[in-house]
Amino acid sequence: MLEAQDLAARRGTSQLYEGLSFSVRDGVALVVTGANGRGKTTLLRALAGLSEPAAGTIRLDGEAVRPFAAILRRAVAFAGHAAALKDELTARENLASLAALAGADPSPADIDAALDRVALGPKRSLPARVLYQGQRRRIGLARLALVRRRLWILDEPVTALDAEGTALLAGMLDAHLAGGGMAVAATHAPLAVDRSRIASLSLD
Amino acid sequence: MGARDSDDHDGGGTDAFAWALRRDLAIALRTRSELAVQLLFYAIVVTLFPLATTPERNLLSTMGPGVLWVAALLAALLSLPRMFALDQADGSLEQMALSPWPLPAIVSGKIAAHWLVTGLPVVLLSPIAALQYGLDGTAIAVLVAGLALGTPVLSLIGAIGAALTLGVRGGGSLLALLVLPLYVPVLIFGAGAVDAVRGGLAVDANLSLLGAGLIVAALGAPFAAAAAVRIALD
Repeated sequence: MLEAQDLAARRGTSQLYEGLSFSVRDGVALVVTGANGRGKTTLLRALAGLSEPAAGTIRLDGEAVRPFAAILRRAVAFAGHAAALKDELTARENLASLAALAGADPSPADIDAALDRVALGPKRSLPARVLYQGQRRRIGLARLALVRRRLWILDEPVTALDAEGTALLAGMLDAHLAGGGMAVAATHAPLAVDRSRIASLSLD
Repeated sequence: MGARDSDDHDGGGTDAFAWALRRDLAIALRTRSELAVQLLFYAIVVTLFPLATTPERNLLSTMGPGVLWVAALLAALLSLPRMFALDQADGSLEQMALSPWPLPAIVSGKIAAHWLVTGLPVVLLSPIAALQYGLDGTAIAVLVAGLALGTPVLSLIGAIGAALTLGVRGGGSLLALLVLPLYVPVLIFGAGAVDAVRGGLAVDANLSLLGAGLIVAALGAPFAAAAAVRIALD
């Protein structure tokens, strides 16, 4: 379970949000909505342990966590605006590299299977430089599936994804939640996931 | 950084180092033009001095060691801004900081790759460059030994500067101002060793100090750079 208590965020002198408290139980996805500039990304980065909240505490399974805490780093899969791909490496090399970085040790066959699942099999040997934005996003999806983390933190996950990609994401998220995983997603578009598993939080 | 440090003793240090080293080398080998730029820069700078000053042999061999070392410093500086900035721009740096592996070990791997790509070629090219300055065999050997010990220090110290200036507008020039003064001891001992051997003195002291500097930098710089990376991400 992920809990946030009295979280606040500031940008310069202006307050983005304050007194924000919520909890995300296992098997639930929290969908964060809000207009641009309301602090969705700031909130997600704080929950991922990338930045210190201006105030408040974040707890994972009851334990207060600070940025870059080891238990957080073993629990979180973070997918931010940038796909973390190196243009020089192929799709397969990028995915293998990111999976290893997250502590997963997939075999080459696992990597290929993960790329097949996001329909990138035929592109696996192309450098990431020549892939379209949506295809780059799909490598990110394949990474989520490979690294097997409890808590997915997704910043605008459907951006640049086509209908098929969005459906893929929804299917993966459904499976993740059904398996007891948690997710926090900032998104404008509704996610086609079992509604009973969705909680929402508006920053407006 | 006390509490954060204890988190870092999580095992996987060797894996992390090897991962970062292999990754950065693979990327560097596919963008060979950047390697060539670095090496050409060094070759051109060391060639400009004899052309611009005088072909007088004694003068050249006197200033040779200093020029070769300054050129090595500038060449190292040239590639520093890219050390973390590209990874920050494409989001890789976030993923590194969120990895269960200790970040200082990942940073060490990146530094090692940086040295292999930018420092080692300079070390290997320096005997040829030294010929233009009429240095004899012993002096060249000491120059190469000094560069082999000193250029890793340049990458290590440079990594701290590169991490500290992440996300700063005009970071490149700030980085030079920040890092060049710290390079001074390396320059003094490195060029000093060659001067010593040319004057018939022992070189052990200079080279030992370079070696000691390398050990201190190797133990400290990855932690400092990793801490700076985390601050830059915040």
